[in-house]
Amino acid sequence: MTLHIVVLAKQVPDPEGPPTSFEVDPEERRVTVRGIPPVVNPFDENALEAAIKLKETVGEVTITLLSAGNGISKAVILKAVAAGADASYLVDDPAFDPASLDSHASAAVLAAVIERIGDYDLILCGRQAADTNAGQVGLGLAHLLHIPALTVAQSVEVADGRAVVKKVMPDGYEKAEAPLPALITVSGEIGDLRYPSLAAIKAAKALPQTVLAASDLDVDVSGLSRVETVALEAPSRERSCALIEADGPEEAGRMLAERLREDRVI
Amino acid sequence: MPDQNDIYIIAELSEEKHPTPLTLELMGLGKELAAGMGGDLHAVMPGEGMEAAAVELSRYGASGIFVLDHPALCDYNPDIYLPVLEGFFTDRSPRAIIISHTSIGADLGPRLAFALGAGLVTDCVGARAEAGEIRLVRPVYGGNALATLRATTDTVLATLRARVGSAPSPSGESEVTLVEAAVPAEIRIGLRGRERAVSAECPLEEAAVVVTGGRGIGGADGFEQLRELARLFGGAVGASRPPVDSGWAPTTCQVGITGKVVAPDIYIAVAISGSSQHLSGMSDSGKVVAINKDPEAYIFSVSDYGVVGDWRQVLPSFTARCRDILNE
Ligand SMILES: Cc1cc2nc3c(=O)[nH]c(=O)nc-3n(C[C@H](O)[C@H](O)[C@H](O)COP(=O)(O)OP(=O)(O)OC[C@H]3O[C@@H](n4cnc5c(N)ncnc54)[C@H](O)[C@@H]3O)c2cc1C
Ligand SMILES: Nc1ncnc2c1ncn2[C@@H]1O[C@H](COP(=O)(O)O)[C@@H](O)[C@H]1O
Repeated sequence: MTLHIVVLAKQVPDPEGPPTSFEVDPEERRVTVRGIPPVVNPFDENALEAAIKLKETVGEVTITLLSAGNGISKAVILKAVAAGADASYLVDDPAFDPASLDSHASAAVLAAVIERIGDYDLILCGRQAADTNAGQVGLGLAHLLHIPALTVAQSVEVADGRAVVKKVMPDGYEKAEAPLPALITVSGEIGDLRYPSLAAIKAAKALPQTVLAASDLDVDVSGLSRVETVALEAPSRERSCALIEADGPEEAGRMLAERLREDRVI
Repeated sequence: MPDQNDIYIIAELSEEKHPTPLTLELMGLGKELAAGMGGDLHAVMPGEGMEAAAVELSRYGASGIFVLDHPALCDYNPDIYLPVLEGFFTDRSPRAIIISHTSIGADLGPRLAFALGAGLVTDCVGARAEAGEIRLVRPVYGGNALATLRATTDTVLATLRARVGSAPSPSGESEVTLVEAAVPAEIRIGLRGRERAVSAECPLEEAAVVVTGGRGIGGADGFEQLRELARLFGGAVGASRPPVDSGWAPTTCQVGITGKVVAPDIYIAVAISGSSQHLSGMSDSGKVVAINKDPEAYIFSVSDYGVVGDWRQVLPSFTARCRDILNE
């Protein structure tokens, strides 16, 4: 069986960066990120790992990585491709700046690229992007492509023309399946993306890469967004912390309990 | 009569077929939004065998309850729920459709929004009627910012976190209407059974005391010690994401933006640095207590009490002293 998997990979500011690197600008209603590098959205890395796992088990699999955005770092994409993809599509255009597209517009852009890629059996994407935290684009894309979608997968298998997933549930998991072509949103439980070797990174430079601009696509994003930001603020969650000072850690533990009692917390 | 200012909530039922606590919170919030917009509140209840549940829900302030009762709606299959709800809402053109941000709601919300061509805001931590429209508040950038959003479409969908609304007190019953569920003949998605983690412990979301361990716990053994402390209070054990990824704690324990959202009376964070993704799931807690060996750890800035030290040395004496205090 041959299987063509498209993996969606959005570039986001490193979500593990310290809170101080995310500057909230209420005037401009945008977040300016300082001093941290862009990365592939972590759940998209998990989606890529799921695709590579299928490559190891299902037989003939080709993986195409697809990223849309504005100012996509070639190095970031290269590292992801080197982990096990066979080709990549980058749609890089100021019109596709993530800050100016809502979920619906993003899904429309990705759908236009997928139409252009043509044949595919499976689309894997992250359960949510680390900047929007929305969890919408995958389902929107499946809607636009008229294919079934399964969400929040902790494992993905393919057999007999069907995709089978274990969907993460609050108290365990649920097995669900759908005929191919299908879209699956992937969760972290599937496992971290493997590291590419230096040789693989070198070799990945020679893999086919298609770079497109908005003018290459049959999609007009103006007026596609259905949601807009009216205000943006930094969360206020800081508290004043009573630090327990004591002679040594054991004593500190005891004093903490005493203090909680005094304050009628326990 | 369809009314552009009506608010609809989609009810979710527990296994025992009662409206979930979150559903009742949606009723409270929906009522406020309806009042603010000058419309009515309605609840839609998809499922099977829900007569008693519908009557129960009808005591919480809606103008009416619509029941979509069909054996095929017994379990949540998006391929069945979506066309049924899409059919229900077509021609009703509500102002807003409010859904619980649960595993069902997070899956259904986007599907329904795209099918209806409506704007959607997921995982909302706030919602209000303002300037003649509905404004929704949600975390972005992993909780590093809070965005207030509006939809440009006539109808807006929102999935809502726990504790955004408050459940109204039950009063008189409102009308319950049975609506025929247009179940599709052909479905593509098949459900193949559920596996539930058996846990004798108190559910995380309901616990009054949550003891959470982070990467610094170092292994599954450490979580045994956290469990001992949690048990003293009849509470629950949580985890940040790294212990879950490493298999020290089950997925069901994860607290945060992609885990559970909790707001216990006491939240004890042990060896957790305080990433914004984690704080997003616990910052509404009553009192926050942190134990961390790094005095610079951000968790101390969002805590009420803190001890700087190695948890292995701090926790045993803390647990022992708490036990004595509780036994007094
Ligand atoms: C899209 C996305 C979603 C995410 N969702 C979540 C989520 O839902 N929940 C979540 O928690 N995370 C989530 N994360 C991960 C998050 O960004 C952080 O990586 C994570 O919360 C860090 O966990 P931690 O605090 O346990 O680990 P670390 O940040 O590594 O902190 C460990 C802490 O333990 C302390 N420590 C170490 N040893 C000891 C010791 N012996 N005694 C005392 N203290 C010690 C250290 O000083 C340090 O502060 C998400 C990330 C992304 C990108
Ligand atoms: N611009 C983009 N390029 C590639 N993939 C994207 C893009 N936007 C969203 N996605 C995919 O859609 C998923 C969900 O995004 P969201 O709905 O914004 O949380 C992400 O994890 C990505 O896999």
